Amino acid sequence: MRAVIRGALAGTFLLTMGGAVSLAWPTQVAGEEAAVMTVGYLGLAPPADRAPVSPLDQELDDEGVQGARLAIEDNNATGQFLGQEFVLVEEILPRDGEIAAGLQELIDQGADWIISGLPRDALLAVLDSAQGEGRVIFNARAPDNDLRGEHCRGNLFHTIPSRRMQADALAQFLAYKRWNRWALVHGRTDEDERLAAAFRESAQRFGARLTGEKQWPHTAMARRAEGGFHAIQREIPVFVQDLLEHDVLVIADETDYFGEYFPYQTRLPRPVAGTQGLTPVAWHRAHESWGGVQLHRRFERLVERSMTPRDFAAWVAVRSLGEAASRTNSVAEEDVLAYMLSEDFALAAYLGLPVSYRSWDQQLRQPILIAGPRMVVSVSPQEGFEHPRTPMDTLGHDEPESPCVL
Amino acid sequence: MIIKFGAPWVVLVALLALPDLALAERVFVSNEKDNTISVIDAEKLEVVETIQVGRRPRSMVLSTNGEWLFVAVGDDEAVDVIDLSTLEVIGSQSSGPDPEVIRVDPHRPYLYISNEDDNIVTVLDYERRSRVTVVPVGVEPEGLAISPDGKWIVNTTETSNMAHFIDLESFDVVHNVLVDARPRHAEFTKDGSEVWVSAEIGATVSVIDMDDFAIKETIHFDVRGVPRETVQAVGVELTSDGRYGFVALGPSNRVAVVDQQTYEVLDYILVGQRVWHLALNQDESRLFTTNGVSGDVTVIDVDSMRAVKSIPVGRFPWGVVVAP
Repeated sequence: MRAVIRGALAGTFLLTMGGAVSLAWPTQVAGEEAAVMTVGYLGLAPPADRAPVSPLDQELDDEGVQGARLAIEDNNATGQFLGQEFVLVEEILPRDGEIAAGLQELIDQGADWIISGLPRDALLAVLDSAQGEGRVIFNARAPDNDLRGEHCRGNLFHTIPSRRMQADALAQFLAYKRWNRWALVHGRTDEDERLAAAFRESAQRFGARLTGEKQWPHTAMARRAEGGFHAIQREIPVFVQDLLEHDVLVIADETDYFGEYFPYQTRLPRPVAGTQGLTPVAWHRAHESWGGVQLHRRFERLVERSMTPRDFAAWVAVRSLGEAASRTNSVAEEDVLAYMLSEDFALAAYLGLPVSYRSWDQQLRQPILIAGPRMVVSVSPQEGFEHPRTPMDTLGHDEPESPCVL
Repeated sequence: MIIKFGAPWVVLVALLALPDLALAERVFVSNEKDNTISVIDAEKLEVVETIQVGRRPRSMVLSTNGEWLFVAVGDDEAVDVIDLSTLEVIGSQSSGPDPEVIRVDPHRPYLYISNEDDNIVTVLDYERRSRVTVVPVGVEPEGLAISPDGKWIVNTTETSNMAHFIDLESFDVVHNVLVDARPRHAEFTKDGSEVWVSAEIGATVSVIDMDDFAIKETIHFDVRGVPRETVQAVGVELTSDGRYGFVALGPSNRVAVVDQQTYEVLDYILVGQRVWHLALNQDESRLFTTNGVSGDVTVIDVDSMRAVKSIPVGRFPWGVVVAP
């Protein structure tokens, strides 16, 4: 596996440089052995029985790992000048796969650092396994607040925003709009319950009022049922009619099984926000500011689809390692970790502000995009929300309120 | 009698008036979102003309003969040529994908282009309208600067965080210097002994010594009362007398004034929003800044180090060039 990926990378490099071009790369380190950093990506196959509600959304089986692959390329573009080489090894587990065994497989292939594309429970199993003990793991998938709170640990970093960060980002934008009365509709999954809790906390923090709250009572519907929208058109106005007067309808549907049906079907003419409609996201295809176009283009050239927030989170994790390795001129764990956690660490992530890790829970601090389905509407933190350290720390659990003890 | 003396007087007056008219400097500003170039009269400090160009104009440079202005129009993958006497676009040359920054060789009819999308620097012959070569560099090439002796071109790559030194004889990359995050712009000192490289996310300027291609100084910026993250170093302009360096600090809305000899930051001047690039006029009495978000140009008086005027231009002004 390792050899294959190295070969693939070298091929991509030649392409990037252009076939006809003289390949006289300057090698300051000619003859010297490059210092190698091996990164392992541990993923989980997507559930077979779940598809996005909208036929316009692609079903992806390589989300996350593709971001890591691109970041390895980006790291090597700098690394070749510094005598550093970055190698990716991958393990995508089947749904019923043995997680610790998957991790062991990566370790056997030389992985010193792990990027996790696992949901919460699988990630906790990795952290609690003998193999996971003390090994640095980047959580690039699970948004659960408790992984940053009571389940936090010193070897765990998070490059995917927590639910609370996303909820805060949306709440700030709604506060800016003065849409202060929210009605909340959440799904029946554990994830939806946790996101609904995050919305309640954010509403309280930013002065919004929940005028009503309901649970969508159904499980996933057959998407392709003939005439489905006729039923939806009658059903949703009835479902929301007992919610009190509100400015915005906030949806918590992380598994995407009903929220997409809500825009334009509400009884009152109200915008829909949350997991569908106007969404707080770490990355979006329509985001083109601050050089974002460049990242889209590199990714799409490599993968032939657009970059998702999970791809982006894996990209940021691997780029963080590359940035720390080039600044410290070392691939040693202690040097890289010390730099990543230092005040000097500032990664360019196409979001207008440098991103870095919070010392208290090792969550990436980053601006969050507020996006509609087709365009970016805004970016939070919103102007006017101040913080003694950086306005970005107005998103998510701040140091004094974090239950994390590292 | 009157008529006899009158005619020479008229000629004399005309002679006195003419140089003034002909020599009034013009400031060219590229408006990234409007696909236009605003032309400012440097005396009156107002926009006198707006030129329609290709899509997404950013970097501009004057031709060596002083007759044309080259404009990189990124979304058209071309370089437009503006005739400075008529202010009309007289031609357009294919540039390779996504041209961002362009520079002109002082000795040869060559145009250097950083192709942000393709990790290359393209060399064009603008007389023969042909491609001379392409030089592979790091990821997302942006800033370009040619040494005063014409021997080197420096290219900064935003994601590789490098300054690549390309030998202009062989077109080989000979030196690579790691600088701070997201390097944007490179500028040589007048004597060619140093090149200053700004880093947007790193918020620093690395001063690279041309004798040994090593960083001899890193200049940091710290604007009181402004969030650290919004201090982002972008455009750099250096006075030819070796006295001052000016650094545009992006969304902190400040221009830093640096002592070119001691590298000490002397002052921060408040300008428009998201200040991007800078240009001095010919006698270096005035500095013009493009302010992307507020859509204007700030005029700074170099003697007093004060902003004296802001001039509204188009949307998202990016580059600025002063033509004598």
